[in-house]
This record gives sequence, structure tokens and C-alpha cells, in this order.
Amino acid sequence: MAILIERNTTVLVQGITGREGSARAAFMKGYGTKVVAGVTPGRGGEEVSGIPVYNTVEEAIRAQGPIDASVTFVPGPALKEAVYEALDGGIKFIVMPVERVPLYDILEMLAYGKQKGAKLLGPGSIGIISPGVAAAGWLGGTPEFAKRVFVPGPVGVISRSGGQSGTVPWAIKEAGLGVSTVLHIGTEPVLGMSFADILPLFEKDPDTKAVAIFGEIGGPYEEEAAECVRKGEFTKPLVVYVAGAWAPEGMRFSHASSIIERGKGSAKDKIKSLKEAGVHVVDRPDEIAPTLKKLLS
Amino acid sequence: MARLYEYQGKQILKAAKVAVPQGEVASTPEEARDIAEKIAKPVAIKSQIWAGGRGKAGGIKFANTPREAEQMAKELLGSTIKNLTVEKVLVEERLDIEKEFYAGVIIDASREVRAPVVMFSTEGGVDIESVPSEKIAQMAVDVLRGFRYYDALNLAVRLRVPNQILQPIAQAILGLYQTFKNYNCRTAEINPLVLTKDGKIVAGDCRMAIDDSSVFRHPELGIEVARESPTPPTELDRIAWKIEESDLRGTCYIAQMAPDRKGLGYVGYHGIGGGGAILGVDALNRQGLKIANYADTSGNPTAAKVYRAAKVILSQPDIEGYMLGGFIVANQEQWHHAHGVVKALREEIPKRPGFPCVILLCGNKEKESMEILKEGTKDLPGRFEFYGSEKVYETDFLAKRMKALILEYRKDRGIKEE
Repeated sequence: MAILIERNTTVLVQGITGREGSARAAFMKGYGTKVVAGVTPGRGGEEVSGIPVYNTVEEAIRAQGPIDASVTFVPGPALKEAVYEALDGGIKFIVMPVERVPLYDILEMLAYGKQKGAKLLGPGSIGIISPGVAAAGWLGGTPEFAKRVFVPGPVGVISRSGGQSGTVPWAIKEAGLGVSTVLHIGTEPVLGMSFADILPLFEKDPDTKAVAIFGEIGGPYEEEAAECVRKGEFTKPLVVYVAGAWAPEGMRFSHASSIIERGKGSAKDKIKSLKEAGVHVVDRPDEIAPTLKKLLS
Repeated sequence: MARLYEYQGKQILKAAKVAVPQGEVASTPEEARDIAEKIAKPVAIKSQIWAGGRGKAGGIKFANTPREAEQMAKELLGSTIKNLTVEKVLVEERLDIEKEFYAGVIIDASREVRAPVVMFSTEGGVDIESVPSEKIAQMAVDVLRGFRYYDALNLAVRLRVPNQILQPIAQAILGLYQTFKNYNCRTAEINPLVLTKDGKIVAGDCRMAIDDSSVFRHPELGIEVARESPTPPTELDRIAWKIEESDLRGTCYIAQMAPDRKGLGYVGYHGIGGGGAILGVDALNRQGLKIANYADTSGNPTAAKVYRAAKVILSQPDIEGYMLGGFIVANQEQWHHAHGVVKALREEIPKRPGFPCVILLCGNKEKESMEILKEGTKDLPGRFEFYGSEKVYETDFLAKRMKALILEYRKDRGIKEE
């Protein structure tokens, strides 16, 4: 078992003929994901790693039947169009490994996704992987590398850092454990799914016995995770590291946003709010895996 | 965020039918005099800098005549206020203030909202954070529906704004929202929104920041560097942005940390991945070292982009070492980084014999990347140490190695340890 993607999840790759799109389509397929189609306007009829390419999402669905998930490898300014197209095709889970997306575009696609009852991971998420099950995005990189770093096990991992969503599972493996599903929530200023959206999914997953979070300064996400635990929506052991205690103020925080986020944003406040909820907060990232091991034994 | 100056903000607010004081921007005392002559009323001369509290810091002056305006502008232009140099002043009619309000739009990223939030307060002219919440009316906007005129009216009505100024206030709030949306702002504030003694509603001051990722849609604003920063761009910021602007593949972020650095102990810091990169900074700080710059190349950038980032970092004159802080077991094929870094080292290290470099690179194609690094630097006169995933979380060890190599390098140069 895993969350959000399963062995039978059918996956579409939007922007499949580009540099990342073609490389990661090959990765996903090679890893065992059911990649059924790709889309690039004007390239219909071609193939990428044996995956048929269509001109539009509608054309892909006409040929392949309903599709569960899409991964969008398109430039930031083109993402909104791609997401609307996927949502109109009835796709309910979209992974967006795309950075530098215009902010108002993000707000519109998230609002439209909500209206359509879909889950949007990112933007700026490098993806999701469930070892031995499936991968959507470029988390894992290549099949050989993914097999070496991500081994199946009882820990769910959620990260705000793309790089750390590979590093934490690697450290977990080194500690003799493994992971159920690993997700990177993304890097853009507003995100479709944050910790509090994902923790309840791990709560329901019988194969996940504990969760590790790699947090960062800024935004309300760690506080929301704490709230999730406080309300009992997540009851399994949770280990969190918050990076960026050194960061000077003003580099990323805007003045007016502090009104809505009073008391939210700094590493200190995040750690306080997590500790108050009874979460295991570690001081260094290399303590994540040993702490999990202790909690699970 | 790409911040706008007050005069730029007022220009676009005016286009959205928000009343602003009559005025223009000046770069010389003579221009200030001419503008004051045109206005033909007492004027305010306002320093155009990215800082709050300008008034208290002496950045706003008042003049009754064009001649006085010229004199005041002469005092302000070129002066330093809150560590920022004044290059332009806004000369505008002086407002007779009856009362001050506040209007603002921000983005709320929290899970229940994920939308713009429009705020209005009857307590303007002060830091909005200090205003009690019962004096603030706010509304989260459904972007698919939009923000309507009557939404603005309702915000004002909720705080019992008197009938005679209800409509101009709503018009200002609506105009602010439209500006926020049309210019893809990350934040937009009118503070204070002034009620003048003769009953007009005018934007007294404004603060706006354009979303970095939307700057390309607004070439008319002439934003040089689309980057979040509390200060105007430094030379390094400009170079770094040029690298980023011209190549969309992967991310290259470079920020100067200590623009007026003095003394020893600065490291040119090249991180990989936003989360991991900051781990290395913590560790360097613990060893008493400082970073001259912060950088992050990630998201699978091309070797060309990594090269340009490394080149910029290594070209900083007063650094004593270079650290490639790849504190991630990366999914991206790391040979792009290896190739890019080697090229920059080959160009820069011969200029500084003995220069210390601690290089940590882990992840996909690690073995091949190590070979590229070792092979490419073996004939260079620097001090090199290379590490892979066995040291990925050994931040203190790597920072200590950096420190030890820097001390050796100081001996070479006859510098006594501090």
C-alpha cells in the first residue's frame, strides 16, 4: 500500500517531448509506473520510450480511456494552461514539477482544482514515489538510483526541500528502515498540498507506521502540521526537522503577510508549536532516522 | 520580491482610478524645483527608498516654495537614509490630513485560504501589525469569482465608515485589488489612505512588490532583478539574475550576504538544493566562518548554468575558500554539476595558488561525477578535498575541514591566525 499513487494508477506526462519530460517519462516507466500517454501539441503520433504522444489531453483520453494522474513537465508560464487542460480531462491527481510559476496563475489553478475535486501536488514539487509501486515526477531520477535510495518500509516522508526528499529516505535506509511513500510538497509561494493535507492520508495507510517531515522556515505549513496532530487527525509517531534557524529576517518574509500569520514563520515559532503538539522535533537532520528507529522499535 | 518604489506604485494606482496626490519624480534639485512650480502649492519631497519609517529617519521634507523644494531635494539626493542611497525624490502636493485609513492585499498560503486576502482598517499610518484585529476588516477572494465593488463597500461598512466617504474608499480598495491582480503583485498596500481636510480620499503612500515569477509579464516596469531582497540589487545580484533570466532549465540563486565585508573568514558558498544548502551555512557559522554569498543551483540545471554560478562565486575577491555544499543525495544526475564546477575551478584556481576547496557532491551518478572532479582538478594548484554520500549529513566535519584548509592557506600567505 501507499498513498496517492498505486500500482494501477494510470499516468499522463504533459510536455513529454522536452528535456525533463522525456528523461523522466522513461524513468517512471522503467520504475514500473503505468505511464499510458504523453502530450505535446504538434507532436501527436510520435512515441517517447514506447509511450504514445498525443496533441491534447482530450485526444489522449479518447485513445486510452480515463487517466488517473498527470505529471506536468512544462515551463512555469505554461503551467496554468496544462493544469486546466488536465482538470477538464477529469484527471484527479496532478504532480507539478515546475518552478517559477506566476503567482496569480497558481491561485487560479488551485481554485479550479478545488472546484473539480482534484489534488494538486506543487507547483515546484519534484514528485512522489512509493518504493516498488510507482513514481510520478522526477523524485528518484533514474530506475537504478531510485531502487538504491528508496527501499520499502514503514516510514512516510514529506519534505519542503526537493533534495532532502531523496536524502532523508537514504538516511532512513542507512538506519535499516524503509519508506512507504515520499512526497515533496513544492517550492512555490502557494501550494496545492501541504503537510496537513497529506498527514491524514498517511494516518489511513496501514503500511505507514510513522512519518518524517523535513520542514523549512516561512509559510504556515509546520504550524498546520502541529494543528493536525493536536486535532487528532494524525496520531502516529511524527519526527520533524525545521531548517533555516540562521536565516536573516526580511529575505523571504513580506511585511504585510505577518498579519495573517501572526506568530508563524520563524524556525523558533515552528519548533515551539510542534513541540507543544507533542511532535518529536530534532535539532539536526541526521537525527531524523535514528529517532524514527527508536520510536518504531 | 521585486519591489516597486512609491512613485512607481502611485503611477499604476492612478491608472486604476485610485486618487493620488499631484506629483512627479525628480533625480536632480532642478527637476524638483520645476515640479514644485507646476504644482504651485506647498509640497512634500519624499526620498524614494525601500524602507519604512522614512519620515522619522529624515527622508521626507516639506517646502512652501519651488526654491525651498530645490534646496530640500539637494539635501536628500545622494544622502544615505537607513543605509540606502537616495537616487530619486518624489515631489508632490502636501496633504492636509483629516484621518488615515489602511488598505492592503496579501497572499495567504494557509491551507483553508490559498488565496488573496483584501484588508481594510480605520487605523492607518501605522504598522498594520500593531492594529487590533477588531479594527481590521478582511476578505479572502475567490479568484474565479473575483473581487467586486460591493465587496469593497462591505469591508468599509463593517468598520462603520461614514456614508459621505464610503464610495471613494471602496473605489480605492477596488483599485488596489485590480492593481494587485493586473500587475501580479505579491503584496500591495496603501498606507495611509488619507481623508484630506477638504473631504477627498487619496493614497498617501504605497508599498508594492511584484511576484518574481510574473516580472517577465511587465517589461514596462523596468525591474532589473526579479529577486526577493530587502535592498536594491548589488552588482553580484545583477550578474546572478542575468544567469537565471537567460536559461529556464534548473534554478540558480545567488544572493550576496555581506556586501560590506571586512576581515578574514569569508567563504564563497555554493549550495545545492534549498533545504540542504542551508545546513552547510549553519555548520560554517559554528566554525566561526562566514558566507560571502548564499547560492543554490538545483532543479537539474545545465552544466553551463552551474559553471556560471561557480564562476561568479569564485570571482569574489576577498574569499578564503570555496565550499560546494551538496548536502543532498540528489535525484538529478550530478555530472552536470561536476562539469560546471570543474570548468570554473580551472579558470579561477590558477589565479590563487593554494586556495582551499571543500567539495561535497552526492546522489545520482556520484561515482562518475567524482571522477570528473578529481580528473579535472588534479593539475591545479589549489587545496582540494572531495566527499560523497558517506558524508552527506556530516556538516560539522566538512566545515571543520574548510576551516583547517583556510588556516593552512593563511600560513602560505603569511597571515597570522585571528
